[in-house]
Amino acid sequence: MEETIQKTQTEKIKPPVVSIGIIGWVKANLFNGWFNSALTIVTLYLLWKTIPPLFRWAFIDSVWRTTGAACRDTGGACWSIVTENLRFILFGFFPYELQWRPLLAILILFALLFFSRDRKYWKKLLGYAWIAGLFIMGLLMKGGLFGLTPVESTQWGGLPLTLLLSVFGLTAAYPLGVVLALGRQSKMRAIKLICIVYIELIRGVPLISLLFMASIIFPLFLPEGLTINKILRAQVAIILFTAAYIAEVVRGGLQGMSLGQYEAAESLGLNYYLTMRLVILPQALKIVIPPTVSILISAFKDTSLVVIIALYDLLKTTQTVLSNPEWMGFSREVYLFVAILYFLGCFSMSNFSRKLEKELSRGD
Amino acid sequence: MNKTSSVNSESQSSDKAMIEIIDVHKWFGDFHVLQGINLTVHKGERFVICGPSGSGKSTLIRCINRLEEHQRGRIIVDGIELTNNIKNIEKVRMEVGMVFQHFNLFPHLTIIENLTLGPIWVRKVPKAEAEENAMYYLEKVHIAEQAQKYPGQLSGGQQQRVAIARSLCMNPKVMLFDEPTSALDPEMIKEVLDVMIELAQEGMTMIVVSHEMGFAKSVAHRVLFMDYGKIVEGNSPEEFFENPQNERTKLFLSQILH
Ligand SMILES: Nc1ncnc2c1ncn2[C@@H]1O[C@H](COP(=O)(O)OP(=O)(O)OP(=O)(O)O)[C@@H](O)[C@H]1O
Ligand SMILES: [Mg+2]
Repeated sequence: MEETIQKTQTEKIKPPVVSIGIIGWVKANLFNGWFNSALTIVTLYLLWKTIPPLFRWAFIDSVWRTTGAACRDTGGACWSIVTENLRFILFGFFPYELQWRPLLAILILFALLFFSRDRKYWKKLLGYAWIAGLFIMGLLMKGGLFGLTPVESTQWGGLPLTLLLSVFGLTAAYPLGVVLALGRQSKMRAIKLICIVYIELIRGVPLISLLFMASIIFPLFLPEGLTINKILRAQVAIILFTAAYIAEVVRGGLQGMSLGQYEAAESLGLNYYLTMRLVILPQALKIVIPPTVSILISAFKDTSLVVIIALYDLLKTTQTVLSNPEWMGFSREVYLFVAILYFLGCFSMSNFSRKLEKELSRGD
Repeated sequence: MNKTSSVNSESQSSDKAMIEIIDVHKWFGDFHVLQGINLTVHKGERFVICGPSGSGKSTLIRCINRLEEHQRGRIIVDGIELTNNIKNIEKVRMEVGMVFQHFNLFPHLTIIENLTLGPIWVRKVPKAEAEENAMYYLEKVHIAEQAQKYPGQLSGGQQQRVAIARSLCMNPKVMLFDEPTSALDPEMIKEVLDVMIELAQEGMTMIVVSHEMGFAKSVAHRVLFMDYGKIVEGNSPEEFFENPQNERTKLFLSQILH
């Protein structure tokens, strides 16, 4: 007896060899059973058939800095369409020699977003930085002050336009959506009704028709001489549309809250506003981070629908390049490039949401 | 039961009525939950309410801080009548602490944040002072070392003690308890009851819905028996347990004591 006890105490028991290391992992995950083994072999074969040619096309046979005519003689990817037209794709019809301004604006935006990533920077200073940043970005885009040449908003395009529509669209839609969700739960009949009608109406029409209404029908009702900027109209349509979806997701989160939380807050003497702000919303919004981010991501991609009202967002500038006879036919390369840009945007959003979720789940 | 006599003898009840409930009725739809309740609780008095499930005990004490609205009669707390006036309701809620069966701590806040939320936002106490005060009450409920944890990391008994401390931080004049121990495992009931007994010894005005008869005997000035929305019987604990008058009280006591 004693001997066995000593043994287990001194010798550490190690896991059986088969389940560790690369070989163990391969055995356990790729070749456990004939079906999985067959799947693995078929997959490997397909990868072998696709990856090397793709790699060859993209990196070995490809050309990077040539004219369109030269591209036609190579068998590989014509990245020249991206490099030679980069400034038009990114900035559209913004005056060529002034394009440092939108570039700087984008860099400021990225810097602000980067610092906003980390919750430990969420202080007053960051708020001021955003206000100053927004002002500077607007100034850079519009000009007209401090000796900057004015640029009409009709000349805005490409990446700055896409970012403008999405950053403002999402940051305005989110709080509006939360307010709508609270309104839909309100005990006041009129408010509740307005919110329900709003949400259901908006959700009942596609974004495209809202954009059409904003750009074509809405101006008909304006008094003669008064025009509202087209970008602003599209922006409002995107905000109104996204908010309705956010509202429904947030409502789901609110319904997930137990009555006890409301009662505990109220019995401490917190009023409705404080109860919501301090107790209910922090929990409810946290629950719905994943579906909220799905909506924000799809709203980000949906900003590309503004092409139908002839705004030159990133996708539209790309199409314009393709309609140039010199570059016609290289759509694969240039769309791949735009896809990568969109992917980076969406991926960082979902990354951020995962990080936020993790940080906020300390209490569970 | 040494404690019993000591607590009850130093009875601090004065003539000031803390809670006055006058002919209160309440319906849930057609269901008549409270059928003419009359009750006066003076400052420093401690009432324990018992009775069968569904008799309206929770509804009654929830009416006292307006978590439920009564439809007839009057409820006056510390001189403030409960009506639809939101300001009055908030004033009453500041003076009345409530402890729930299921604790209802705020899971997204640390223990100390749970305790300081009310004082900071409702009583407008500076943060540092609120935290100092919170630590004082956490020590009182013997749980100061858990201040930085989240509710989910605590046992049920600990959570309920935190909930009591959270109410105390608002410096209430009355504490309401709705079956504070009935969601707890047996071994944790005592730690919560001990805290409540200490609170009683300090002279807190308390209304406790509970079937813990030992607790009722040791701290209550009066024990009330509710059935079908009425207070059927109310007496000092000695009389109530030794010599119940009403048949239904006798039946109920025989059921829970054996
Ligand atoms: N919000 C409500 N809507 C409708 N009926 C309710 C509501 N709340 C309570 N009731 C009913 O009112 C009656 C009294 O409920 P109450 O919670 O006051 O009983 P209780 O004496 O506390 O019982 P228990 O010992 O089970 O907690 C019950 O029959 C209950 O079903
Ligand atoms: Mg109850």
